[in-house]
Amino acid sequence: MTSPAITSTRASWRDHAGSWLPVLATLALLGVGLSSSGYIVTVLGFAAIYGVFSTGLNFFMGYTGQASFGQNAFAALGGYGSAILTAGHGMEPVLALLIATTVSVAIAFAVGYPTLRLRGHYLAMATFALGLITYEITIEWTSLTQGYMGYSGIPPIGLFGYELVTEKQMLVVLVAFALLGVWISNRLRRSRFGRALAAIAGSEPAAAALGVNVAGYKLVAFVIAAAYGSVAGSLFAHFVGFISPEVFGTSMVVLSFTMLYLGGIGTTWGPLVGAVIVSLLPEALRGLKELQDVAYCVILVAILIFAPRGLAGFAPAIKQFFNRGAAAKAE
Amino acid sequence: MALLSVQNVTMRFGGLLANDNISFDVPEGSIFAVIGPNGAGKTTLFNSIAGSLKPTSGKVVFDGQPITGLPQAAIASRGLIRTYQLVQLFKDLTVAENVEIGFHRVTRGGVGSALLRPRWFREQEESIARKARELLAFVGLGDQADMIADKLPYGRQRLLEVARALAAEPRLILLDEPAAGLNTQETAALADVIHRVNERGVTVLLIEHDMGLVMKVAQRIAVLDFGKKIAEGTPDEIRSHPDVLTAYLGGVEMADG
Ligand SMILES: Nc1ncnc2c1ncn2[C@@H]1O[C@H](COP(=O)(O)OP(=O)(O)OP(=O)(O)O)[C@@H](O)[C@H]1O
Ligand SMILES: [Mg+2]
Repeated sequence: MTSPAITSTRASWRDHAGSWLPVLATLALLGVGLSSSGYIVTVLGFAAIYGVFSTGLNFFMGYTGQASFGQNAFAALGGYGSAILTAGHGMEPVLALLIATTVSVAIAFAVGYPTLRLRGHYLAMATFALGLITYEITIEWTSLTQGYMGYSGIPPIGLFGYELVTEKQMLVVLVAFALLGVWISNRLRRSRFGRALAAIAGSEPAAAALGVNVAGYKLVAFVIAAAYGSVAGSLFAHFVGFISPEVFGTSMVVLSFTMLYLGGIGTTWGPLVGAVIVSLLPEALRGLKELQDVAYCVILVAILIFAPRGLAGFAPAIKQFFNRGAAAKAE
Repeated sequence: MALLSVQNVTMRFGGLLANDNISFDVPEGSIFAVIGPNGAGKTTLFNSIAGSLKPTSGKVVFDGQPITGLPQAAIASRGLIRTYQLVQLFKDLTVAENVEIGFHRVTRGGVGSALLRPRWFREQEESIARKARELLAFVGLGDQADMIADKLPYGRQRLLEVARALAAEPRLILLDEPAAGLNTQETAALADVIHRVNERGVTVLLIEHDMGLVMKVAQRIAVLDFGKKIAEGTPDEIRSHPDVLTAYLGGVEMADG
C-alpha cells in the first residue's frame, strides 16, 4: 500500500536533493575561487585534486571497508608517468594521463591479486610496502625520475595543442574532474556492484554466504582506487608543473585519511568535503601564526568527537529525520 | 531424491573430533532439523556443508554435484544459502538494503551497467527494491525497512537475516538456531515463516535448540552428540529414542548439578 510511495520518495530524495546540494556547494566554491587571488586558486586546486584521490580511496576503504596505506604509490605513478611522457617525450597531456592510468591499473591488478587474499594487517602491511617501494624508486631511479631534484617543466593540461595556461582555467578542469569522480562513485555505490562492496565492509562471512566473490570485489575496488589515485597524481603534475618524491610521500596517506574520516568515510560526498576542509582550514587559521597547528588539531579532534562518522555522516541523520516524519504522517 | 547428501563428514580441530563420520540425506522439499546439546558439532557441520570450513574427510553432495571444499561464494551461487548462529548483518545499512544485497546471486550487472544504467538495469533496481520490501513484509519486518539494521531488537535481527537469505532465492536454506533469543510469539511467527518458506519450494535444513519449534516444523531430525550422529528419524521416533533421551537428560542433569 504505502510501500511503493515510500520507495519512490526515497529514490527521488537520493537522486535529486541528495546530489544537487553538494554540487551547488562545489560550484559556489569554484565561483569563489574564480573571483579570488592566485593563492586561493592554488589551494582550491589542491582540494579538488585531493578530492579525486580521496574519492577513489573511499571505494576501497569506505565502501569496501579495507585499509590501504600505500595508495600514494598510484599517485606517484600517475604523476611521474604524466611528467615523463609530456615533459620528457612531448606527449599530449590527456594521452599521457590515460597511459599512466592504464599502467597504474595494470600494476594495481598485479599487486592486488595476490595481496587481497591476505587478511587484516597483512594486507595493510603489503599496501604500506607498496607505497614505500614506489617512493624509493622515485628517489633512486634518477635517470628516469631525476631523483630528489624532482621533475620540472611539466606543461599544463590541455588538448590538441590548446593549453590551459592560467591557473583559473585549470581550476575549472580540476573541479570538473572532482565532480565527475563523485558522480561515478555515486552511481557505482547505488548498484549491485556497490552493494556487494558494502556487504564486504559489513561482514565478509555474510557476503560470501550470499554468493559475493569477496576477493574479486576487493580487487576491483582496489583497482578503481588506484585509477583515481593515478589521475589525481597526473592532475597534480600538470597543475603545479613540478613534482618530487616528497610530493607523493607518506604524508599523502596521512592527509587523505584525515580527509576521509573528517568528511565521512563510506559516504559519497564525504571524501570531497573532507578534502576541501583539510585544504582550506590551514589557510583560514593562517592569522593565528604559531598557534595555527594547535588550532588545526583541536578543530580536527572536535569534529571527530562531535561527528564521529564525519561531516557527511550528518546526511543520513537528516534523511532519517525526514523519513520518520513521513512515516509518522503515513500511519 | 536427496537435494543434499552428507557422506561420512569428519572434522577434526587438532585433537578434537568435532564431527565424526556424519552421514544423512536431506530430501528435496523437506524440512530437516539437526539437534544436539551445546558443543555437539552442529555449527561445525554447517560450516563444512556451506564451505566456511573444509572438512577433514568426507563428501558433501548438493543437487547431485560434489561441493566439498569449494569456496563459500561458489557454493552459495548454486543456491545453498546459510544464516549464522551469531547474526552477521550489514549493521550500518538499512534493513531494506540488507535484503537488497541478498539478491546478489539472482541479479546481474557490474561496473559498466552501474555507470550506464541501461533500461534493464533500472528495471532490475526497481524490482530489487520492491521485492526486498515484500520479503520484509513476509517475515514481519515491513515497518522497519528504513531503520539501520543495528538498531533492530535482537530477535528481529534474526528475522532480517532470514529475509536476506530468502532474497538469494535459495534451493536449500541452512538456518543456524534462528529462534535463539526470540520470545514465544516471535518463535511462533518464525515457525510460520519456515513453513511458508518451505511451501515456496525451498528445502530447509535447521539447527535448533528450541524443541517445541523443531518438533513442530521438522519432518525429519538428526541428533548429534559429541560429534557423532546418535539418531535420525521422524519427530515421533526421536522423541522416544533412548540415546536421545540420555544425551538430553544427561546434559540437563549436568547443567543443573
Ligand atoms: N574453528 C574451530 N577451531 C577449533 N575448535 C572449534 C572450532 N569450531 C568449533 N570448535 C569446537 O568444536 C566443537 C563443536 O562446536 P560447534 O560450534 O560445532 O557446536 P554446536 O553444536 O554448534 O554448539 P552450540 O549449540 O553451542 O552452538 C566445540 O567443542 C567447539 O569448541
Ligand atoms: Mg552452534
